[in-house]
Amino acid sequence: MKSYFSNIKSNFKLKHYINYIAVGVALVLLTVFYYSGILKRSSADLITQMGFSIILAVSLNLVVGFLGELSLGHAGFMCVGAYIGAYLTNAISSAIPSKILVLIIAVIVGGLSASVFGFIVGLPALRLKGDYLAIVTLAFGEIVRNICKNLPFFGGALGLSTTPYGPSMFIPTFIILLIMLAVVQNLVRSKHGRAITAIRDNEIAAKSMGINVTYYKLFVFVISAFFAGVAGVIYGGFTTPILYSFFSYNYSIEILVMVVLGGMGSIGGSIISATVLTYINFVLQTKLSGDLAALKYLFYAIILIALVIYRNAPSLKKYREKFNLSNLINMIIKKFSKKEREEVGTVEWDRVPTKISTDEILSADFTVTNYKPDKPDKPDKSERP
Amino acid sequence: MSTIIDGLSLGAIYALIALGYTMVYGIAKMLNFAHGDIIMVGAYALYSTLLLGQSPVVSVLAIIISIVACVVLGVVVERFAYRPLRGATPLAVLITAIGVSYMLQSIAQLIFKAKSRPVSFSIPGTTFGIHNSTILTLVVGTVVMVALTLFVNYTKTGRAMVAVSEDRAAAELMGINSNFIISLTFAIGSALAACAAIFYLMQIPLVNPTFGAMPGIKAFTAAVIGGIGSIPGAMIGGVLLGVVEKICLSIPAIAPYTTAIEFSCLIVILLVKPTGLLGRKRREKV
Repeated sequence: MKSYFSNIKSNFKLKHYINYIAVGVALVLLTVFYYSGILKRSSADLITQMGFSIILAVSLNLVVGFLGELSLGHAGFMCVGAYIGAYLTNAISSAIPSKILVLIIAVIVGGLSASVFGFIVGLPALRLKGDYLAIVTLAFGEIVRNICKNLPFFGGALGLSTTPYGPSMFIPTFIILLIMLAVVQNLVRSKHGRAITAIRDNEIAAKSMGINVTYYKLFVFVISAFFAGVAGVIYGGFTTPILYSFFSYNYSIEILVMVVLGGMGSIGGSIISATVLTYINFVLQTKLSGDLAALKYLFYAIILIALVIYRNAPSLKKYREKFNLSNLINMIIKKFSKKEREEVGTVEWDRVPTKISTDEILSADFTVTNYKPDKPDKPDKSERP
Repeated sequence: MSTIIDGLSLGAIYALIALGYTMVYGIAKMLNFAHGDIIMVGAYALYSTLLLGQSPVVSVLAIIISIVACVVLGVVVERFAYRPLRGATPLAVLITAIGVSYMLQSIAQLIFKAKSRPVSFSIPGTTFGIHNSTILTLVVGTVVMVALTLFVNYTKTGRAMVAVSEDRAAAELMGINSNFIISLTFAIGSALAACAAIFYLMQIPLVNPTFGAMPGIKAFTAAVIGGIGSIPGAMIGGVLLGVVEKICLSIPAIAPYTTAIEFSCLIVILLVKPTGLLGRKRREKV
């Protein structure tokens, strides 16, 4: 028994649990703040928004970052979840008195119905690649929105009105978030997660190693859609009425931006960027009103373009290596602690190794230090016949 | 019958926009999400010039200014937003394009405010029961497309464009200035977008900052239906989508679901032919 625990202790890395700890601590602190009255209602709403943005970003990251397929219809899955969840809540809330039970049922049903759509969208993914798949997901999002707008029992253009759960919505949201993090992080670090990243890195190679590409692609789409649907139910739980116009492809793109800025294939990055971007959106939305609201998008766009160009432009590589966030942190750490850090041999599974292009390997400078070319042997005259 | 002709005319507009998407995709291998907003800029340029007065001279001037504004904008955007990212991952370029799209929309909203502005720019009257502007759209659209096909297939520059889209490195080795060709492609695509904006304004005489979003997405769909990267494909896809849209809109029972039906067409076609109608299948090498 003792050896078992010591084994756990030696394998325990803070890195693997940092996301749970961060979200868990946030949940506890916010709950305390909320019940002691420090947290205002608008802030509670903002926190719920952050919660479902994180769920959306992490679930999209599964498709974009880990499976390597571009999806532009994530808001479509959310739309399905939101409408079905809200419709169900309206239908059963009179029969079931407990609010939390209704929410649990709505989350499960909403998530499952979204995952059915995820399966449907996943089917073309088996035949299509890259940009073609991206446009199919975009088309799917628009189709769902168009149908939800016109179905009479979903309220039409006026939207589906619901009875909101209330400002304490953020508590179930964060609990769902924790569950999702457990599912996603364990999935990514499991055998299945490695199969998924193998498909991303080279589909043909993965196939020839015996990975069932069909199964895994559908699997990822279904899981991702499930959580997007759950996020939709949460959205429906605190907003009324649910409007089809919210789920436009612009929103899908906003989620994609969160994923890309946070780093594709990095769950922690998605969490941070979703939180920060939601906060910035919220602040700018409250500060700027009317036509000045366009300023918000202007800042957003300029920052986005500058950041992407800085991060990706081949000609700026030199500066990127010089002014790097991790370099900066390392410098600060070195200044404050003189202790040498052992960095060899740690395997980071938080961030699954990204694709290495063959060009990079080929262009790597081989600087061989202690190599002197052998002088050609002088022919021995004596051996000559 | 008039529904079909309306559809063909709308299809011509979609085809003009889709050509911009498909040419840029073929040459720069990127989805130019900002293309729809170039349409919007063209429409605003037309609107601003028309404020000078209502006379044939001003109208001609407005058309010229609109096209020139779009061409300059397209080239500038390519130079400052996309060229630094040449050789970067496609997703980075895509995100930049989305950023440019947001930027153009917000600038338009800051200058012209969010409300829709009426633009009266059409040819009144009908011939054989069809609006004159519809006929004009159809005729000019066809002429432009034929001219573009001839340009691409029979001029030296056009051949150079094809060469760059086939294999940029090999084209550069043959002495083609690929940066110039890419700029030229953006210029042509933007000019076509300006034409599309003018014709679209004849059908829907209101311009607002998100004017270009919906025709942009639909034209993008059209380009994919035809096989993205293929010029005749974009024309066929555009016309097909325009006709489907007008037919759906003419039947009251399914009119609200027009958008859904159009996008379903895309999904069905892609399921049958994964690279679109005229797209070439790329062999995968290990």
